[in-house]
Amino acid sequence: MALFDESYKALQDRLHKKDLSVTELVNEAYENIKKTDGSVHAFLTLNEEAARQQAQALDAERGHSQATLFGLPIGIKDNIVTKGLKTTAASQLLANFEPLHHATVVERIQAQQGIVIGKLNMDEFAMGSSNENSSFYTTRNPWDLERVPGGSSGGSAAAVAAGMVPFSLGSDTGGSIRQPAAFCGVVGMKPTYGRVSRFGLIAFASSLDQIGPLTTTVENNAHLLQAISGVDAYDSTSADVAVPDFTKALTGEVKGLRIAVPKEYLGEGVSAGVKAAVKKAIAQLEALGASVEEVSLPHSKYAVATYYLLASSEASANLARFDGVRYGVRKEADNLIDMYKKTRSEGFGDEVKRRIMLGTFALSSGYYDAYYKKAQKVRTLIKRDFEKVFENFDVVIGPTTPTTAFKIGEKIDDPLTMYANDILTIPVNLAGVPAISVPCGLAEGLPVGLQIIGKPFDEATVYRTAHAYEQAANLKLAPSLEGVNA
Amino acid sequence: MNFETIIGLEVHVELKTNSKIFCGCSTEFGAPPNTHTCPICLGHPGVLPVLNEQAVDFAMRAAMALNCEIATDTKFDRKNYFYPDNPKAYQISQFDKPIGEHGYIEIEVEGKKKRIGITRLHLEEDAGKLTHTEGGSLVDFNRVGTPLIEIVSEPDIRTPEEAYAYLEKLKAIMQYTGVSDCKMEEGSLRCDANLSLRPYGQEAFGTKTELKNLNSFSYVQKGLEFEQARQERVLISGGVIEQETRRFDEATKETILMRVKEGSDDYRYFPEPDLVKLHIDEAWKEKVRAEIPELPDARKERYVNEFGLPAYDAAVLTQTKSMADFFENTIQAGADPKQASNWLMGEVSAYLNNENKEIEDVPLTSASLAKMIELIEKGTLSSKMAKKVFRELITKGGDPEKIVKDKGLVQISDEGALKDIIIPLLDANEQSIIDYKNGKDRALGFLVGQVMKLTKGQANPPMVNKIILEEMAKR
Amino acid sequence: MTEITKEQIKHVAHLARLTFTEEEVEAFAKDLGDIIGFAEQLNELDTEGIEETTHVLDITNVLRDDVVRDSLDREEALKNAPAQQNGQVKVPKVIGD
Ligand SMILES: [Mg+2]
Ligand SMILES: [Zn+2]
Repeated sequence: MALFDESYKALQDRLHKKDLSVTELVNEAYENIKKTDGSVHAFLTLNEEAARQQAQALDAERGHSQATLFGLPIGIKDNIVTKGLKTTAASQLLANFEPLHHATVVERIQAQQGIVIGKLNMDEFAMGSSNENSSFYTTRNPWDLERVPGGSSGGSAAAVAAGMVPFSLGSDTGGSIRQPAAFCGVVGMKPTYGRVSRFGLIAFASSLDQIGPLTTTVENNAHLLQAISGVDAYDSTSADVAVPDFTKALTGEVKGLRIAVPKEYLGEGVSAGVKAAVKKAIAQLEALGASVEEVSLPHSKYAVATYYLLASSEASANLARFDGVRYGVRKEADNLIDMYKKTRSEGFGDEVKRRIMLGTFALSSGYYDAYYKKAQKVRTLIKRDFEKVFENFDVVIGPTTPTTAFKIGEKIDDPLTMYANDILTIPVNLAGVPAISVPCGLAEGLPVGLQIIGKPFDEATVYRTAHAYEQAANLKLAPSLEGVNA
Repeated sequence: MNFETIIGLEVHVELKTNSKIFCGCSTEFGAPPNTHTCPICLGHPGVLPVLNEQAVDFAMRAAMALNCEIATDTKFDRKNYFYPDNPKAYQISQFDKPIGEHGYIEIEVEGKKKRIGITRLHLEEDAGKLTHTEGGSLVDFNRVGTPLIEIVSEPDIRTPEEAYAYLEKLKAIMQYTGVSDCKMEEGSLRCDANLSLRPYGQEAFGTKTELKNLNSFSYVQKGLEFEQARQERVLISGGVIEQETRRFDEATKETILMRVKEGSDDYRYFPEPDLVKLHIDEAWKEKVRAEIPELPDARKERYVNEFGLPAYDAAVLTQTKSMADFFENTIQAGADPKQASNWLMGEVSAYLNNENKEIEDVPLTSASLAKMIELIEKGTLSSKMAKKVFRELITKGGDPEKIVKDKGLVQISDEGALKDIIIPLLDANEQSIIDYKNGKDRALGFLVGQVMKLTKGQANPPMVNKIILEEMAKR
Repeated sequence: MTEITKEQIKHVAHLARLTFTEEEVEAFAKDLGDIIGFAEQLNELDTEGIEETTHVLDITNVLRDDVVRDSLDREEALKNAPAQQNGQVKVPKVIGD
């Protein structure tokens, strides 16, 4: 068994029994990166020297450290700032940026003695669903190097799928953790808005962004979320809500669980292969004793439009600080306004500029009420859809994405088709609820993601459901990594 | 043609918190450039704001002191614009739900009282400081994130003098409430003004121009006076006023065109998603209301009623909180209220005006002033000598008694000592005695003057008078 | 779909401090027109009386105490600055607007 396929518990036991060293674990990560990342391109920056030093120091603590992430190799999406370790959000504009502090999640990982292996590729400023918008290179899907890994946390999903790291952090604004998790066949969790501090997450859309874990298993996922969750004095929007022990929910039990399946999530546009895999998974949960009923989330079809207006508006302000004044790659000009325009026009990629333009337009005088305010009202309706369903159900289940991973280049020229890809994940961000994508089989040889959506701050039930399914299905999906080499 | 002047003022006041509004950096003035910054106020990628409670309390306190209604539900918004002193390229401000609205203050110009409406008071963050040089501009981010309140007046002001009075009053209220020290020279109070003219009787406002770079209240008044005259000239000669921003030139005392406004600026305000809403319940409002100290108008009234000061004195003494506090401390130290008032309104104010200083900037203390007044009342110090002592106290400070002793300024009130001087003087000036007896009163004045001269002014004049008369009567 | 003019694109680009070639302006006019046209489907919904969701969580009054914390050393604060002079960040001449 590959080292990173071992369970959380097995790894911790072996470490503390000194049957395994942290150095070996960290070696394994860098070995695997060297073997595969030449073709996958998941990492942007490695933290090798510091990681190896930390591993050595931790080896002395084996047997007595109580830290929950003790010695575990973790990859970090490159829009999460790491002190002294280059953080670019996959943008040329930040190609030289060295943060002065750690994001709160990184602080928490370090407090639990997890090891930051490196920074992971993504769509520039988290804008995209394919990783093709990285301004450095496109991460490849380990299942098929001609296909996208999904996005924007494509590097985070691909690195876990390819066995480079067993844990990674991504961020999810409209599906950016769950969609790549689905495309790459790994477990990806977007927690409730406010569950995890956003301090140090380079903002895309502040009212939607949330950091979450991508992992090989549900158990690993719960452990990483546990470590990073909880209120943060540096994030006013982080919720002061108790964090339960998520791992206690991993019982394999779903008897009596009330599952809602929205008819809108299995309609047109969802491929036959995806439908089949998801229906089979739902049937498996039913067989485990859960009850299943079809429901309606009637405003789902408005989610994409709502999302693009709101997210782009917030982004237009959030990305205004990249002006070449205090940091980043400045493009010199002989007056200030030209410097601004040159820096931003040459530093940002097309998709980022498209969204800044859309957001600036939607907020501009004369259009605000028609677009921005209208979208905020529709957001209320979408949120209410979920509230209504959750009056009678514990979880909402459907596919994570309408299709499996598409080919690189297939959708890049058509923003609207690309945006439509997020139709099943976006409503979750608008409503602020938690949702996980867990692998539920293959369609045409590519992974399919099962999306399990929970009530606000009820990640425990989401994990319970995902874990029970994962154990029962026992799929153990892994890409063959054929043709993958350095 | 006769025009009515319409003036509106927009005042920014820095709040006296210890730390900035959204991060823990110090707000202290005068630190070396870029030493009071952190990733948050520098607008680094990924940072988030957390609101300083004291800033909200101060803003509420200020709004209450300006008779505003306090919002129950309020929020922050982003005001988007690019400028190097604005690190996030948006300023966190308040757009449609300011903390305070519908307030007013009362001013007095030439004995007439008038109410000036306050449209709104909102809380926002300050920008950094930009210095323009030959090769480009330099940015110091120390001031970024200092909490500010912006106070917008109704267009109720009709003359530049009213504008001056409004600012004086606003400043006094801000200082009394303790929310700001309002030092224009440190930028903790800044003012923009706008002015338009309209023919008397016309309801619609004329086109207004905005004045910037008004670095003192008297420049505000002078700038408005210039602008009023300029607009009048333009209108009388059949011209049109352009909507423009003008700068006050301190050297020429003129306003100079900065830029013509094309339409309104598009700041693309939207609710700040990184901050949660504020709910200000009655208990919170009451807590803040209870913290408001006595305001200038109330003190003024008290000085008249309690100390029997003339209304004029009371008004002058309460103009600034520091002066009023000084006055009260002087009385507390035992001085007679009217005497204290006379000194403060006379010599002290004259000195401060001359030196362009505030009472807290000089070594004179309320205790030393009270002591000096006491020495005068006891007759130890003549009022003429007192001026010398005062000069010493206000420039160098010290104990009045010691100064009097060291400088030999004690008044000679000893009868024997005075006789020792007066008798030989009379012996030497027989003609003066004759003149006096023949009805020439001036002769007495001459003799007293001689005694003062011989004693270097230290003789007690009423006593000298008395002894000379007695001695002359004997002859 | 929805008509967005090239002039609008140029105005919005200026607000966002971006510049585009004529071809890009044309492409953006089309792209934004398409997206805005798509977004207009929201008008099918009657949202009269529906409040806006600006925050998905109903949290109020998150405040910090007025306590001074250490600031950065100046060298650290300016570490990432593309240009500096005398301990300040340097930018090109500010002209016009
Ligand atoms: Mg303002
Ligand atoms: Zn700061």
